[in-house]
Amino acid sequence: MNRPFASPLARLAWPRLTVWQWIFGAVMLGGLYAAYTRFLHGLGAATHLSDQFPWGLWIGFDVLCGVGLAAGGFTLAAIVHIFNIERYKPILRATILTAFLGYLLVIVALLFDLGRPYRIWHALIMWNPRSVMFEVAWCVMLYTTVLALEFAPAVFERFRWQAPLRWVRAISIPLVIAGVILSTLHQSSLGSLYLIVPHKLYPLWYTPLLPLFFFLSAMCVGFAMVVFESWHSSRAFGRQLELPLLASMARVLAVLLSVYLLLRFVDLRHRGVLALVAEPRLETWLFWLEILLMLIPAVLLFRRSVRLSPGALYASAVMVIFGFVAHRLNVSVTGMEAGSGASYLPKWTEVMVTLAIIALGFAIFRFVAKNFPVFPEESPRPLVAPAAGD
Amino acid sequence: MAKAILYDTTLCIGCRLCEQACAERWGLPYDDTIAKEEKLSERKLTAVVTRGERFTRRLCMHCEEPTCASVCPVGALQKTALGPVVYHEDRCIGCRYCMLACPFQVPAYEWSKALPRVKKCDLCYERQKAGQQTACAEICPTNATISGDRDQLIAEAKRRLAEDPERYYPRIYGIEEVGGTSVLILSAVPFEELGLRTNLPREALPVLTWRALSMVPDIVTVGTVMLGGIWWITHRREEVAAAEGKEKKS
Repeated sequence: MNRPFASPLARLAWPRLTVWQWIFGAVMLGGLYAAYTRFLHGLGAATHLSDQFPWGLWIGFDVLCGVGLAAGGFTLAAIVHIFNIERYKPILRATILTAFLGYLLVIVALLFDLGRPYRIWHALIMWNPRSVMFEVAWCVMLYTTVLALEFAPAVFERFRWQAPLRWVRAISIPLVIAGVILSTLHQSSLGSLYLIVPHKLYPLWYTPLLPLFFFLSAMCVGFAMVVFESWHSSRAFGRQLELPLLASMARVLAVLLSVYLLLRFVDLRHRGVLALVAEPRLETWLFWLEILLMLIPAVLLFRRSVRLSPGALYASAVMVIFGFVAHRLNVSVTGMEAGSGASYLPKWTEVMVTLAIIALGFAIFRFVAKNFPVFPEESPRPLVAPAAGD
Repeated sequence: MAKAILYDTTLCIGCRLCEQACAERWGLPYDDTIAKEEKLSERKLTAVVTRGERFTRRLCMHCEEPTCASVCPVGALQKTALGPVVYHEDRCIGCRYCMLACPFQVPAYEWSKALPRVKKCDLCYERQKAGQQTACAEICPTNATISGDRDQLIAEAKRRLAEDPERYYPRIYGIEEVGGTSVLILSAVPFEELGLRTNLPREALPVLTWRALSMVPDIVTVGTVMLGGIWWITHRREEVAAAEGKEKKS
């Protein structure tokens, strides 16, 4: 962080690539080939999507999970700026950066998935306010702008642009409020998208409460992502882990997870489909996988010893993240297969695009975190071993 | 008057002339291979499906309150006053939400094209505007498919059910399904035996998402006031504390 603006190319000198850089290169090459197939030969050549199953991995993972995994941004911004709990401030910028990159990458994924990507702006002038997708489109556009402005101070500080810095600081509170509202709206609306398919989505997942569940689980994964990022950043950049901060956040996470899980089961009972959790079907197994990945960390994180152990805390956060991903994929893929009369497994090119987008996210985060004031100044801890954690 | 189609499966002989006329009307290829594909696709906007000894037709149902039109973020699908649900391809961004949401799984996509479009029956909107019948109704040799005003067709269907109750399953498919459709179907056997979806609600599906969407203005106003309030309180506390601290010092 103290060193001058380092060119990323200088580090990529040919013979001295690390294992991770090799993997990164391979993934990017695969992604490029997949992109070539997708854009020159159409969605049919690059995906296993069909008329019966029009939404697959790119919507189910890249978009639904991508937006959710970026939820740490609005949760932490609200905690620091609205609730004025200043002690979380040291990790706020990194979280905002992750959220901003997350949304940009969701838009990249959308450009792959949309049949006519160059018309992505149509929702700006062609309105259909009765459409959930319309609302999501607007919220995502506006919130991405908000995140850009929330991260802007780091850029302005880096280049010492005082006037715009003052200007963007002046509107910071309205920005945070707008960010929280926009996030509440579209995090829940991603769930509302599926309210329209009661005849297709398996009853373990179809519920009028889908928007609430999407919102609650997004908040959960927001906290889990803050832990995840802090852990990796501390390893990659040789920084201290903000353990007491993360531990207190993990307690809130345990409560949130419990509320979410309780509501899930109350809802199943209320809709009279609780018996389905014992039905011998594939859906049941994947349902329990999803639930356990949320339940185990919920139980663990109520223990102080777990919260204060970096390893256990990290493992719990990872479980929550996987549980969240499992829920989104269950809603968008598992739960939709039987009702659509189709089976879907992504084609390798679909997986490649997804991996390339994730890899890109890690690389950009690393680059920005190295060259902009993302983390607060501290005396750098000497690196014990070359970090390969990310 | 809203136009519609009445398709009486008891009269259908499975000759597939409707498929051929439809393909011609859209300028799509049609041959024996395509005739054997008994499902809707980008090159088959209506399909005759064999069910044992019986036949049924698949095509866009032209819902009274179409799910596809309600979910489309850019309004590329619209219910016309004349009855047909039409597709404006120059608006479509290709999100395929209409395909996911359609309760009858009708819209098809041009998966193999670099610049794909959604493909579905438009109830021969242009022909109907000119006062003509749909291409499929015009060619049907047994009058299994007839086109006309929805009210009159419902009356005609009811007349058939009343006149020959032995021949028919006593219901008209399309009067109640998801709020009603502009394609009405008569059958000798329960509709599920023809492969028609019978688990659909009577109310139009767009109500389901509208309930959630109509909460948006409340969330925005209440949320803004609440967050603003919390911000004011938490920071006021700080200001007060700071002011008090100063007083003590001085």
